[in-house]
Amino acid sequence: MTQPATAPTVAAEAAGDRSAATLVLQDVTLEVGDGEGKVRALDGVDLQVHPGELVAIIGPSGAGKSSLLAVAGALAAPTSGSVRVLDQDLGPLWERGGQSALARFRRERLGYVFQSGNLLPALTAADQLRLAYRIAHKRGRARSFDPQPLLDAVGMGHRAGSRPGQLSGGERQRVSIARALVNEPAVLLVDEPTAALDRARSQDVVALLAEQCHERGVAGVMVTHDHDVLARCDRVLEMVDGRLSPASA
Amino acid sequence: MFLAVRELTHARGRFGLMGVVIALIAVLMVMLSGLSGGLVNDGVSGLKNLPVTAFAFDEGTKTDNAFSRSVVDGEQLAAWRDQPDVEAATPIGVAIVNAVTDDGTQIDLTVFGVEEDSFLAPTPSDGSGLGAPAGIVVSETLRSEGVELGTVVTLDQTETELEVVGFTQGQATFGHVDVAYAPLATWRLITLGDAPAGAAPTEADLAGVDADHASAIALQAVPGSALASGDTDAVAAADAAAGTTTMTLVESFNASPGYQAETLTLAMIQWFLYAIGALVVGAFFTVWTIQRGHELAVLRAMGASARYLVRDGLTQAGILLVTFTAVGVAVGLGLGALMPEGMPFSLEAGPIAVASVVTILLGLAGAAVAVLRVTRIEPVTALGGAR
Ligand SMILES: Nc1ncnc2c1ncn2[C@@H]1O[C@H](COP(=O)(O)OP(=O)(O)OP(=O)(O)O)[C@@H](O)[C@H]1O
Ligand SMILES: [Mg+2]
Repeated sequence: MTQPATAPTVAAEAAGDRSAATLVLQDVTLEVGDGEGKVRALDGVDLQVHPGELVAIIGPSGAGKSSLLAVAGALAAPTSGSVRVLDQDLGPLWERGGQSALARFRRERLGYVFQSGNLLPALTAADQLRLAYRIAHKRGRARSFDPQPLLDAVGMGHRAGSRPGQLSGGERQRVSIARALVNEPAVLLVDEPTAALDRARSQDVVALLAEQCHERGVAGVMVTHDHDVLARCDRVLEMVDGRLSPASA
Repeated sequence: MFLAVRELTHARGRFGLMGVVIALIAVLMVMLSGLSGGLVNDGVSGLKNLPVTAFAFDEGTKTDNAFSRSVVDGEQLAAWRDQPDVEAATPIGVAIVNAVTDDGTQIDLTVFGVEEDSFLAPTPSDGSGLGAPAGIVVSETLRSEGVELGTVVTLDQTETELEVVGFTQGQATFGHVDVAYAPLATWRLITLGDAPAGAAPTEADLAGVDADHASAIALQAVPGSALASGDTDAVAAADAAAGTTTMTLVESFNASPGYQAETLTLAMIQWFLYAIGALVVGAFFTVWTIQRGHELAVLRAMGASARYLVRDGLTQAGILLVTFTAVGVAVGLGLGALMPEGMPFSLEAGPIAVASVVTILLGLAGAAVAVLRVTRIEPVTALGGAR
């Protein structure tokens, strides 16, 4: 595990070291749609993300950013190429066609932060985390889980009893981040977390994401349209027409 | 369970509305149950309480209204008495008549003509039993018409006068008409049209009747015999020997006027109600599941198994159905207690329990169809962009 304080530099140095990476995509291609409407959403994508590193992905609409998250997040099978998380190659999971094996992999290894509005309206912040814990720990449901430390970590300790409807967009995303960390994931996949937030709020949320990735040694991939927040990330990659390259700017 | 309960309390407005609909269905179900129980009692309570295994009707009698269609004679009776499975056999005469009491009240009566010393003879709870040629023992329910011991009842047309000498305990009705037990000989006199007009029949009148007919033969089987267990082969053999068609006591309910049509109609309404309940609950949970499509996709993406979500959804439906069916049944029982006297309404625990369980199970089936949609939700749709 990387030391929290030195995480960015270590991650940057290790960028070429495939074996140490948590998430590795190799020559990944994804074709979506069929017949005339067939689109190559991902085209020969190579990506390594190291523990404690938050990688930002930018790019125009339709470039394939969400497709990348889907493939990396065991939500879509790549047409070709391979995806590896820690020592698990996802290929065999897809080949065996086991939705339950994939679901199990997702709840054990991956964390997701989606665009705003993906919390359950009926649950308080603490219950959002408790539900995630129940989903992640099929058998150990009786074990007591305390959501408070995680809520404190994202600065939401004082709103543990509030439902999404009573929270601001930024607060909701903080709860989402805490929820995504409940299962102590190896990889955190984040889709436009600041889409509904103002500038200051966006900075806070991305800073929190980077901080949590560093502290917990999680490999983070964040898709964003928001160029103001890129300074908070360890690396910025640009996706154009399904191809990934280091950001020019 | 975790999510189910929290959603129930969070969206209590929506679930409350659904619950009210379920409760109303349950109220209606209790009302229907009470009504069909009441109608059954009104139709056949006079038969229900008889200590009879089966009735033998004349061979080939149509089930509908068999009691008033059938005519059996002494030979058929003797044939049944010879059957080893038969402990006792006695004739019964059935006739529905219009009458007027001595204070001018018009009443309808089903006259059950029975032998005074047979097992069909009524045990009066008030007054005396059968014996006098003109003495009848009537259903207690007739008291509401002002009938008392000593009331003289004059039959229409024949103008025969009969006197109430006793009351049976509880309701005894047949085809929605109160039962009046009369001596079999008196029944024969009346049905043959030989009864004296404007007077009570006397011993002498009865002695003049030369007939051995009745409507049916009431049978008491030897306990444990083939007849007692309703063995169709044994019954068919005995029927062939006696030239009769036999129905068990419960089958004979269908032979009372209108019984089959009434019970079928009510049963049909009840099944429609169940179907409506299942459809409404199914529609509600379909909308509810579709509405939460994105939330459910997020949960699936987080790795929740479809089974977990289906179980949670069914638990939710189960809690809703059980709670509000119970509320509806309670309200229905309360309303049932307020039913006016004389209304054919009778609540029994058994049928209401069965109906409640059916309502809940069919509701769950409806919900299941809706909730199973979560298995078709693609986890990838949790991502905003990718479809
Ligand atoms: N299910 C699908 N069927 C057909 N085409 C699809 C499907 N999903 C994605 N695409 C196409 O694949 C390409 C990449 O889509 P993707 O959603 O990954 O883009 P994106 O970079 O996330 O865009 P945005 O910034 O608008 O979210 C687009 O051209 C899109 O139209
Ligand atoms: Mg997208």
